[in-house]
Amino acid sequence: MEDAARLLQLVVNGAAAGCIYGLIALGFVLIYKATEMVNFAQGDIMMLGGFVAFSLIARHGMPYWVGALIAVAVTAAFGFILDAVVLRRVIGQPQFAVVMLTLGLGFIFRAGAGITWGYDSVGFNTPFTNKTVNLGGMILGEDNVSIIVGTLLLCGVLFVFFSKTRLGVAMQAASQNQLAAYYMGIPVRTVFSMIWAISAGVAAVAGILLSPVSMIDVNMGFLGIKAFAAAVIGGFGSIPGSLIGGVIVGIVEQLAGYYLPAGFQEVTSNVVLVGMLILRPQGLFAERMGKRV
Amino acid sequence: MRYLFRSNYRQDMALWRHSGDLFWYGLLLLFMLVIPGLLGEFYVGELGGVFIFAIAGVGLMLLVGYTGLISLGHAAFLGIGAYVNSVLLARGVPFLVTLPVAGLFTAICGAAIGRPTLRMSGLYLAIATLAFGSIVGTIFQKWDAVTGGFDGFAVPTPYIFGIPIEGATGIYYVSLVVLVFVVWLSANLLRTPIGRAMVAIRDSEVSAQSMGIHLAYYKTLAFAISAGITGLAGALFAHYVRFLAPDAFDVLLSVQFVTIVFVGGLGSIRGAIFGALFVRLLPQFIAIVRDDLPFGIGRMPGLEPSLFGLVLVLVILFQPGGINGLWLKIQHWFVAFPLKRRTSFRRQKSYARSERLR
Repeated sequence: MEDAARLLQLVVNGAAAGCIYGLIALGFVLIYKATEMVNFAQGDIMMLGGFVAFSLIARHGMPYWVGALIAVAVTAAFGFILDAVVLRRVIGQPQFAVVMLTLGLGFIFRAGAGITWGYDSVGFNTPFTNKTVNLGGMILGEDNVSIIVGTLLLCGVLFVFFSKTRLGVAMQAASQNQLAAYYMGIPVRTVFSMIWAISAGVAAVAGILLSPVSMIDVNMGFLGIKAFAAAVIGGFGSIPGSLIGGVIVGIVEQLAGYYLPAGFQEVTSNVVLVGMLILRPQGLFAERMGKRV
Repeated sequence: MRYLFRSNYRQDMALWRHSGDLFWYGLLLLFMLVIPGLLGEFYVGELGGVFIFAIAGVGLMLLVGYTGLISLGHAAFLGIGAYVNSVLLARGVPFLVTLPVAGLFTAICGAAIGRPTLRMSGLYLAIATLAFGSIVGTIFQKWDAVTGGFDGFAVPTPYIFGIPIEGATGIYYVSLVVLVFVVWLSANLLRTPIGRAMVAIRDSEVSAQSMGIHLAYYKTLAFAISAGITGLAGALFAHYVRFLAPDAFDVLLSVQFVTIVFVGGLGSIRGAIFGALFVRLLPQFIAIVRDDLPFGIGRMPGLEPSLFGLVLVLVILFQPGGINGLWLKIQHWFVAFPLKRRTSFRRQKSYARSERLR
């Protein structure tokens, strides 16, 4: 009985961490599906979102919900400008140029955040900090539950957005076939910038949800590397796949931390990633396709 | 004024375009040979470091600049080469054996990680190598029976025919010899069918495949060669630092290697050497001007990585040819003087090339 409760606890913690990986991976997938770019700075954008929320809530004394909403909006606007000013210029350059460009941007963001907010870890009070809920005799941290619930809510909102609204359908169209979308009167470049905005906004949500569990600091962007594992498991083109991949990575990591000797927990996600690439490189949810020449 | 008439195929694939090239490169080599007599110990050591990074840069250039694949884990290959070389040397194997063994072993590791991931698009290689680098870093830390873990590993002094390779000058000459060998090897490789296949894959995978090039085989081969050359650099790097710490071979070092390739100029071996000069000398330059910068910028932590990031971004956006491209432009300005036109180097408008299979 003790063991079963312990296991369940680990699974819930893992699922919560996995939701964060899944949200970052969701940002990768949104951008990849639309523009075939991979944003290696996604984790650093999450870090920026967390820091903006920290400024608004802890320094300027805003209420949590207002501060969080404004932080998400600010980060989304930042993503829009980033695409419109920088990334639009490299369209047509080889894919690895974009990889290096976003990596370089990540280094710049990290330095910028270090100058603005300092290199110490910071945190702010949320309604979920240090509270527990009792679910059928199981004691869970409210912070972990808030991550899972927040992720599910966000996914619902995104699902409705992409399937029901005019802008969301336009985004799907632009992702599937740029030229056809352009002929149908969709301003493809603006739509791509908006996709970057959504992706940055999702990253900011991840940063804010994560803040009660772990502190915000300049190097939290390295979580993005774990999110790659999530995206690859999901097949790098599937939105539900990336979330499920994230949860798998999170749970495996928690279990590895408990059952394996210390120090192996950090590499589990990488081992899962490499193993996945060897065994089933197209991911769990891939569509089989061939190229027409 | 010189006219280049290409009258036969042999001339078209010659290593030297004309006798002038041979003369200038020969002069440069001669100059490099006498430099340790002219400069102080410190600068000779720094140049040795530049050579080692240039070797790794040439290795990565074959992969990124000529095959069009990207690796974010070359620091791990440098580390593997360094540890294999040092561990074998400590067990009494002579240096002239450990150096090639380090290169070969690293090439095998490269093939092992490249083989599964190269079936997918180049993007997966970037991600897989990133993960591979982190796994290898952990192995260096945890396998302390062999690597010494965080206590580090003191690298024994190597001997070549009984002569100890010591101090900055010794490393300088050994690195120079290996660098010249690697550059010669790469230049020759690019003239062979393997090299031609690599360039074809870079330019278009689909058309390369329809010309009968086995994509996975040649990509894996290119990756293994690239890793092997980096392993050679790693063996020399071990003697350069003389004390191996497992956390030296991290992502930041991998990014530095890719910076070498991009800043130097994609698709030119010369560019890898320019890039290595830049990457090795920038920290020295920062150290010199650190105190003179306004607003205490020089004291800012994380200055170096952010500068590397900034330079990388600026080069990709505004000077995709890198330093080599700049060099060609300056050369053209002098050669064509006063006929340089603003449109001489205008980039053609390019469109996104989809790798999507739809």
